[in-house]
Amino acid sequence: MAETHSLQDLRQAAVASKVFVQRDYASGTICKFQTKFPAELESRIDKQQFEETMQTLNNLYAEAEKLGGRSYLEGCLACLTAYTIFLCMETHYEKVLKKIAKYIQEQNEKIFAPLGLLLTDPIERGLRVVEITIFEDRSIGSR
Amino acid sequence: MKNCEYQQIDPRALRTSTTRTSSTLPCGRKNSQRLRKKWEIFPGKNRFYCDGRIMLARQCGVLPLTIVLIVITSGLFFTFDCPFLVRHLTIFIPVIGGVLFVFVIFTLLQTSFTDPGILPRALPDEAADIERHIDNSGSSTYRPPPRTKEILINDQVVKLKYCFTCKMFRPPRTSHCSLCDNCVERFDHHCPWVGNCVGKRNYRFFYAFIVSLAFLTSFIFGCVITHLILESQKAGGIIQAIQNMPASIVELVICFFSIWSILGLSGFHTYLVASNLTTNEDIKGSWSSKRGEDSGNPYTYNNIFTNCCAVLCGPMPPSLIDRRGFLPPDDAPQTVTSDAELPPFMAKNDTNMCTQGTKEFIESMAHSTVIQSTCTPGTPKTAPVTQESLLSTVSIMVSPLSKPSNGCSGRQARRPTDMPCPQRGNKRAALHTHKPVLRLPSPPYSLGHSPLIFSDTPNMGFIPLN
Repeated sequence: MAETHSLQDLRQAAVASKVFVQRDYASGTICKFQTKFPAELESRIDKQQFEETMQTLNNLYAEAEKLGGRSYLEGCLACLTAYTIFLCMETHYEKVLKKIAKYIQEQNEKIFAPLGLLLTDPIERGLRVVEITIFEDRSIGSR
Repeated sequence: MKNCEYQQIDPRALRTSTTRTSSTLPCGRKNSQRLRKKWEIFPGKNRFYCDGRIMLARQCGVLPLTIVLIVITSGLFFTFDCPFLVRHLTIFIPVIGGVLFVFVIFTLLQTSFTDPGILPRALPDEAADIERHIDNSGSSTYRPPPRTKEILINDQVVKLKYCFTCKMFRPPRTSHCSLCDNCVERFDHHCPWVGNCVGKRNYRFFYAFIVSLAFLTSFIFGCVITHLILESQKAGGIIQAIQNMPASIVELVICFFSIWSILGLSGFHTYLVASNLTTNEDIKGSWSSKRGEDSGNPYTYNNIFTNCCAVLCGPMPPSLIDRRGFLPPDDAPQTVTSDAELPPFMAKNDTNMCTQGTKEFIESMAHSTVIQSTCTPGTPKTAPVTQESLLSTVSIMVSPLSKPSNGCSGRQARRPTDMPCPQRGNKRAALHTHKPVLRLPSPPYSLGHSPLIFSDTPNMGFIPLN
């Protein structure tokens, strides 16, 4: 039986390798990550699960950067107040980033950590990459 | 108001973090009880105040001059012109002037103190991973691995360049500013008047600043002219009027000289905003139709209104550098320094020291060169002096894209660009443009043991000619 890890266990585990999922710039400069399944994860996680996670992340970032009535209103209001409103108020983008952080933590706890993987929030890497840490699987009967 | 203490960054920490050759942390600091914040080990050339809340470029340029000029002119206006004009015209004059003045100062400070969109440098693991991909994707031994990557954006081929300082492929529209030593997203230009780069995060503040400054300058100019006319009617002659109001004449002179450049700049940036371009792209002619190919700007929404909204009213991206986050107590700074894992083809520490010395030499030379005049065409290809270019020479030769004999990569504009900025013959405009541009032949020089050859002119933060 494969030994499952909890998020706490992973902190003590040794890092086997890291996979970096790069940005996808096909649609411009918006924040979007490639959904292509990295070869190194083939033995660790289901392809569909991974792609679903990445797609959800991309959707969340698209929501943060969406040009629409709300962002325009925020922008105009900010301009009228000489942008001092940014000192007091949390922007829409920041709110969505918090949502993303929560989502990643949930994914880590429920899906990735039991498989010996850890997803790093891209904001900690300057929104350049999604870093997936692969931990050594010390269990004997692991898959 | 925020209750902040002005805490200047420790110059020793700054020097150690920016010096590429030194070790990442002096040993003494490891034993410090206080948890350090990330701004204290930030590798770029920036200053931080208020415990990381406020940041400036290290070379803050003429920001103090800008502030002094604005404050003095406005102060003279409120003191000497407003009482007269309130008596003779309307109370709204100082009100409007006051609102404009406050707007100008706020937006100026926002532009100067905001992170322009700096990209944090790649961590060693990430950098190694990228190097591995480059090694794998390039063909074998005889050709050097390419340092550019081509991608398709909205069916347009865009080349991403590898940044040697930040150890990553730069996202589209990102450029490395040599003055600040940072990659900045949607890099527009490094403005000496605000003492900071203008990039994705503070472009709207910058635009608001120049537009409101244009309004303020025109307003003061108009009011002073009105005052002069009314005074000359009262005093019987314009000469007498001029003698009666010396302060207003000072304002008139300042406004007259600055109004041309500021109006011109506002017009130019309005054009850029409407076409969703950056100064950097416009000067290099990246998307100009004169290039012969069917290349248009892939980032434009093809609608002036949408472009303006997207650039000025779009969502405000967060700062990526997390200045006020705490460092883990036992970790050395994670950014790539010379002591970190170097790619196999990078030379050793002594070469890096060599390049560091060279860089300082070049910088001192650059500062002593004659200041470049405005609107000279084809300038972008010069001043290629950055740490990045020096490091690139020591590492592998760059892809065939670069032609050393030209001294610049083919992508940069070599023809006279169709500069939308108007011809300005005045001193103020001349002062605005410059970063001292060092024209170097290529290969420029060699030092000691490592012959330094320009194999690629990096994309860096020259100050374009506005």
